[in-house]
Amino acid sequence: MNTVDCKCNKNSVKIEEKEKFYSPEVGWRDITPGGTISEAGNAEKFFTGDWRSMKPIWKKDKCRQCLMCYFACPDTSILIDNEGKRMDFDYKHCKGCGICAKVCPFKAIDFVDEI
Amino acid sequence: MSIRDRLSGNEAVAYAMKQINPDVVAAFPITPSTEVPQYFSNYVADGKVDTEFVPVESEHSAMSACIGAEASGGRAMTATSANGLALMWELLYIASGSRLPIVMACVNRALSGPINIHNDHSDSMGARDSGWIQLYSENNQEAYDNMIMAHRIGEHPDVLLPVMVCQDGFITSHAIENIELIEDDDVKRFIGEYKPKDYLLNKSNPVSMGPLDHFTHYFEHKRQQAEAMRNAKEVILQVSEEFYKLTGRRYGLFEEYKTNDAEVCIVVLNSTAGTAKYVVDKMRQNGKKVGLIKPRVYRPFPVYEISKALAEFKAVAVMDKADSFNGAGGPLFTDVTSAMVSSETLGPKFINYIYGLGGRDVKADDIEVIYNELIKIANTGKVDSVYNYIGVRE
Repeated sequence: MNTVDCKCNKNSVKIEEKEKFYSPEVGWRDITPGGTISEAGNAEKFFTGDWRSMKPIWKKDKCRQCLMCYFACPDTSILIDNEGKRMDFDYKHCKGCGICAKVCPFKAIDFVDEI
Repeated sequence: MSIRDRLSGNEAVAYAMKQINPDVVAAFPITPSTEVPQYFSNYVADGKVDTEFVPVESEHSAMSACIGAEASGGRAMTATSANGLALMWELLYIASGSRLPIVMACVNRALSGPINIHNDHSDSMGARDSGWIQLYSENNQEAYDNMIMAHRIGEHPDVLLPVMVCQDGFITSHAIENIELIEDDDVKRFIGEYKPKDYLLNKSNPVSMGPLDHFTHYFEHKRQQAEAMRNAKEVILQVSEEFYKLTGRRYGLFEEYKTNDAEVCIVVLNSTAGTAKYVVDKMRQNGKKVGLIKPRVYRPFPVYEISKALAEFKAVAVMDKADSFNGAGGPLFTDVTSAMVSSETLGPKFINYIYGLGGRDVKADDIEVIYNELIKIANTGKVDSVYNYIGVRE
């Protein structure tokens, strides 16, 4: 499993303690029974971006910040800054479903082959 | 003080469920287990239990609801038979793989097709490798007692596995026999409160259950699950010992009936063991040294213990009330013989009889035929046929 800083978890010490039970090195004696994950919001740590065969490209100049793409994204892969404006894609998690490109009213998202 | 009563096997199991008072019972009716949720729903309607009773639309949903309830932190129970158990199939594995100690009354019935509502073991035998602990019961008393012990076994932290309590459809499920029941308070004390370590409704420690489990971790989970099944053997013995102190009724991994000086032995599950005991008594009056072993715990399979118990016999017949259609023998037979090999116990001659499929009556005379065949093998040392059928028309 990949590790990144997890913004959603405040108690980092406790999380690290828990992480060893599902780290890539964990043995069968220590792994949590049934795969129970005792940490909320952990999906962020699983990089689904490498599943992608098609890739959305954000064309900043055409974007009107309507945020249709933000609401449509099933993977929370469009990040919002402090002023409520969308930033570039989170390619670590974007699976390339293309919904954002489809819903964009301003053709501000291209959907191209992943190379 | 125990309570003396007369109950059918289904009534006994439903009564045990009343005393256990689980948080959730989700069930769908199927002959011959229908009476279990039927009687239990009466207890619910009469306010005798606090249980949330979920009359689901299928057995697939019954097991799904039990999984949800158990994962949430409650005790969940169900009952089923035959095709109902078959419809639970994928959920059986999810329950055991998610390490949820659900308890099920399995009232054994033949699997279709052709459709048949009577007793054999093709339903639970098909589920023998689904990761459930399987306890088999000769009569209503054993079905009741196994049911009372089931939660304690499954919920033990070294185990955390679901438990299936099997008894023979109609033969014991619908036959009324004398029974000794335990007082409600004693059952309550014996069972105790269910305190799972992690559960979904624990807001102070939120968890995810049943996640995607890739090649990086799935194998470790399965290895751990296999260890839990091995641990179950010791836990079953501990719980049975505690149960003995409470009730005076002693249970082990299997029952040995008049095996001490026996030269030949039959191994058979559930109610047929009762018939076989009658035959053992009768033949012993005529000086025949015959004995019986009745496995109670089929999963985990007591490999070492059963091979040790069988080691000194000259000939052993394993009776299977289910065929495996594998060209090799019934499930109990292949397990017993593989136990002998893996524990390097190669003394006795082994034969297998498939019997009683689809509720075909197995009579004392049939069992006597098998004992006589065993005596012949013991005397000659020669086995004519390993994989046999008894009670089928040629």
